[in-house]
Amino acid sequence: MKKEDVPQDPSALLGVTRDVCYVKDKDGKYTTDLSIGWDVKKQALDNAWDDIKERVAEAALKVKKGEISPIYYFMELKLMDVGLLSSYTGFWKMTIRRHFRPAVFKALSDEKLAVYARVFEITSEELKHFKG
Amino acid sequence: MEPNYKHLQAAHCENGVATGLLRHHGMEFMTEPLMFGMGSGIFYIHIPFMLVNGGPAISYRSMPGLIFSRTCKALGVKVNRKKFGSEQEAVDYLNKQIQLGNPVGCQVGVYNLPYFPAEYRFHFNAHNIVVFGKENGLYLVSDPVMETVTTLTEEDMRKVRFAKGPLEPKGQVYYPENVKQVSKEQIRMAIAKGIKKTAFEMLYIPGPIAGVSGINYTARQIRKWRDKLGPRKAALYVGQIVRMQEEIGTGGGGFRFLYAAFLEQANGYIANDELLRISDEFTKAGDMWRASAINMGRIFKGRLNEQKDFEESANMLDEIAAVEKQAYKDLRKLKLL
Repeated sequence: MKKEDVPQDPSALLGVTRDVCYVKDKDGKYTTDLSIGWDVKKQALDNAWDDIKERVAEAALKVKKGEISPIYYFMELKLMDVGLLSSYTGFWKMTIRRHFRPAVFKALSDEKLAVYARVFEITSEELKHFKG
Repeated sequence: MEPNYKHLQAAHCENGVATGLLRHHGMEFMTEPLMFGMGSGIFYIHIPFMLVNGGPAISYRSMPGLIFSRTCKALGVKVNRKKFGSEQEAVDYLNKQIQLGNPVGCQVGVYNLPYFPAEYRFHFNAHNIVVFGKENGLYLVSDPVMETVTTLTEEDMRKVRFAKGPLEPKGQVYYPENVKQVSKEQIRMAIAKGIKKTAFEMLYIPGPIAGVSGINYTARQIRKWRDKLGPRKAALYVGQIVRMQEEIGTGGGGFRFLYAAFLEQANGYIANDELLRISDEFTKAGDMWRASAINMGRIFKGRLNEQKDFEESANMLDEIAAVEKQAYKDLRKLKLL
């Protein structure tokens, strides 16, 4: 890539940092330059976030309909999967999947709710009363 | 002790931390491209049946930590690495190094890095930063992705050092020990060794999923995705490739330009016109990686989503593989010492 071809498309980096790029200067020697972003990358990242937002919205809807417990919603919101949630909570994956069932969730002890709440960075009350 | 670490911004975090730490210990000649080349940072592996963030799992780099280890080994420097079972122990150890005035590299997760743009905060655990001081209860942090020095609270530092999931940092701290001045001859040896290792790995790692043949493997997968997963999911998968490939210096185009810069600098130590010619080949490969990202971009933006568009992306990867294969072969044939 030549120095004059370094993309300067405003992206999520704006105001935070810039990317270091190794580029050829006009004498054909390598040097570095800074880029504020590249549309192709921005689009890929935006797409990934659109997908995440969709999944979170679907999860909220399922909670609202009473199909799944708030734990599932907050897991999605925090970009986790069952494996990661298991690492953070110390609960088995199987146990967590059980906790996704609204009936099981309702009967969860305060201690277990507190563990989830801490991982999701919310209060137990917020977790308990999340309605979708 | 007064913190005196010189912040270094880099294209790739591990290079940046490793280069900065060696420079701090007096190895003034060290640059990011030299670190990357001596440490054989380029690699490629497409792990089948595994999903990352719900997309294909492709890595463009050697295992985290290897770049620094390999370069240090080649230069006769010892790397001290520590992981911790207990969080308190990890905190105490870091604080002690700061008191001693010893800047250290820390492996961290980016999800809880408050100074990162929100859009970049995924559960990715192989990020590297230098911690070099503490002022008013805040850690002074030199993050190679950032343009300037940043800070972290004690609580944030604990969170990022003990992030969970794949590649858990477990509070990992590392720093070079016993750094002596190295001779030109040692530098030449380290360069030659790094080049040979990269060429060998990219050409001769057995199996179809790693090295140059791994790039062909990804191409074959791309051709199947649309039928197998449907247009929407296939487009998301392609989007994930682009993110992994071009994000913050890690991957396709960025790494090739970095490697081309390394070969150019290598020529300063081992004069050989072939190095410059092959450097140009890597520049060409880098431009091709970027062109392939642009092409894939058209797919995940939804402008193109026919089988032939996937075929075209796949063909571009095959072309890249062909150019790189020749370049690695040429590197392998080079008489460097």
